[in-house]
Amino acid sequence: MTLDITGLKMSIGGKDILRGVDLRLSEGRVHGLAGESGSGKTMTGLAVLGLLPHGARVSGAIRLGERDLLTLPPKELNRVRGGEVAMVFQDPATSLHPMLTIGKQLTEHMRHHLGLGKAEAKARAVELLGKVRIPGPAEAYGRFPHQFSGGMRQRIAIAIALACSPKVLIADEPTTALDVTVQAGVLRLLRGLCDELGLAVLLVTHDLGVMSAVADEVSVMKDGLVVETGPRASVLREPGHAYTRSLLDSLPDTELT
Amino acid sequence: MSLLTIDDLVVEHRSPGRPVVRAVAGASLAVNPGEVVGLVGESGCGKSTLARAVCGLNPITAGSVAFDGQPVTPLGLRRRRLTGIQMVFQDPYASLNPRRRVGEQIADGLRTSGDTATTPADLLERVGLPRDFARRHPHEFSGGQRQRIAIARALAARPRLLIGDEPISALDASAQAQVARLMRDLAVESGAGLLFISHDLSVVRLIADRIAVMYLGKIVEVGGTAEVWAEPRHPYTKALLGAIPKPDGLGVLPAELPGDVPDPANPPGGCRFSPRCPMVMDVCREKEPDFGPVACWLHEPT
Repeated sequence: MTLDITGLKMSIGGKDILRGVDLRLSEGRVHGLAGESGSGKTMTGLAVLGLLPHGARVSGAIRLGERDLLTLPPKELNRVRGGEVAMVFQDPATSLHPMLTIGKQLTEHMRHHLGLGKAEAKARAVELLGKVRIPGPAEAYGRFPHQFSGGMRQRIAIAIALACSPKVLIADEPTTALDVTVQAGVLRLLRGLCDELGLAVLLVTHDLGVMSAVADEVSVMKDGLVVETGPRASVLREPGHAYTRSLLDSLPDTELT
Repeated sequence: MSLLTIDDLVVEHRSPGRPVVRAVAGASLAVNPGEVVGLVGESGCGKSTLARAVCGLNPITAGSVAFDGQPVTPLGLRRRRLTGIQMVFQDPYASLNPRRRVGEQIADGLRTSGDTATTPADLLERVGLPRDFARRHPHEFSGGQRQRIAIARALAARPRLLIGDEPISALDASAQAQVARLMRDLAVESGAGLLFISHDLSVVRLIADRIAVMYLGKIVEVGGTAEVWAEPRHPYTKALLGAIPKPDGLGVLPAELPGDVPDPANPPGGCRFSPRCPMVMDVCREKEPDFGPVACWLHEPT
C-alpha cells in the first residue's frame, strides 16, 4: 500500500507551516525527508497520523490506499493509527511510559487493534523483541524502560511501532539522540525490516549521512515546501536545488569521495 | 610546560545502595596553550565527568589535575581564585539564568577578571551577535544564539583554558559547525587552550588539533587529528570512525559495533574493550594495556 501526500497545507494561528507538500511513499522503500529544524519535517509526519497541535488548519490530501486520512472520521482514524500507520519518535527516553513494563506497552495496542488474547499477544511481543535483537526477550518482557540503554530503548520503540504489522512507518529523527555505534545498529535494523516486511518508511532526519545510508529516495524541505525530491544518488551527489547544495556544503565533513 | 595536565585521574560516583561507579578510571591527558584537544567517546564513557573534574565540579578520588602547575581544588561556596578555567555547558537552555538580561550575565565574567575596558556588547560582537542584544533575556534567543551567549560569558572571564562539554549537541545541525568553529577561533585567538568534548566525530575533526578517544573511563588513543582520522590504530577508534555514515549518496550501511557499553560499575577484566573487540587476543582478557598513546596490545610500544 502506498501513502500519497498531495498539496498538504497547514497553518497554525494564521501562520503557514506547510505550504503544499507532495510526497509519495511506496512499499519496501525508505523515503528520507531532510531539512533544517522549523522547515516542517516533523509536522508532515504528524499530519499523517492526525496528531497535529490544537488549532491547526489542514488542507490537501493524504491518501492511504483509497482513503483520505485527513477527512476520515476519528473512529476510523483510530483504526489506522498504530494499526496501519505507526510512528517512532526522536527520544526513546520520553516516548516510552516510565511506569509500565515494556511488555504492557508492546501488547496494549496489539490486543486492541488485532483483537489478540493475552497469551497470544505476549508470544508475539517476545518474538518482536527478538526481531529487534533485544537480548533475552522473554525476561526483557517484564522489565521497565529505565532498565535498558538508549539504543535498546529505541529498538523497543521500533518494536512497539511494528507490533500491529503496519504498512507505513514514520520515523522522526530515530537516531538523533544516539551514539554513532548505536545509530549504525538502529539504521541496519530499519533497513532490514523495510526489506523484509515491505514497509513504507518515512525517515525524517537532518543528518544527510544517515539519509545516504538508508534512504532510497530523498526529499529536501525548506520553509514548508519540498524543494527537491529524487533518488538518493542524484539528490546527494548532484543536487539540483541551491538549498540542497548549501546543506551539503555546510556539513563539517564535506569530503565527498 | 603544558597548560593543563591530567595525570592518572580517577573519579568515582558514590550513591547509597549502589556499587561505586568508577566513571573515570585512570585517564591522562595534557592540553597546551593555544591548542584544541577533542575528547570523543560514546555516552556513558566518562567524558563529562572528566570535564567536570577538571573544573573542580566533581571531587577527585585519585590522581591529579594541574592547571599551570597548580592543583585544581574542588569548587566550594567561597570566592574562587582559579578563574583561568571556564566551561561552556551542553544545554544553553539550562545554563543561562532565565531571569537576568544576558548583558548582566556576561558582565559577571568581566567582573571576575577585573576587566573594566570591555563591555558585554563588545563580547556579543565577538561571538557574532548584534550589540544591542545585551538588554534582552535568554528566552528571546534561539538555541544557537544562546550557546553563543554562553561562550561570550565564558570568554568574559579571560580564561586560559576553555572547556566545552558537548557544547553543540543541543543545537541544530546547521548551527553546530558554526558554533564549533567560533569556539575554536576565539580560543586560539586569545591564546587559550580548548578542551572540546563531543560525541560528534565529524565536528571534532573539523576543529581539533589533537584527538583523545575515551572508552569506559580510559583514554584509549591520543594522536594528531589528521593521523587518527587517516589511520586509526585502536580497534575502538576504528569501529567509531567506521560507524559514521557518509553523505556520499551510495547507500552504504555503516559498520556496526556489536554489544553495548558495559556497566562502568562492573567493568570487564583485562582490556576494557575486549568483550566487543573484533581483534581480541588471549592477553587482552588477562592484562589491561596501561601504556600510550594507543592502549592496545596490538600496538605495544617496544
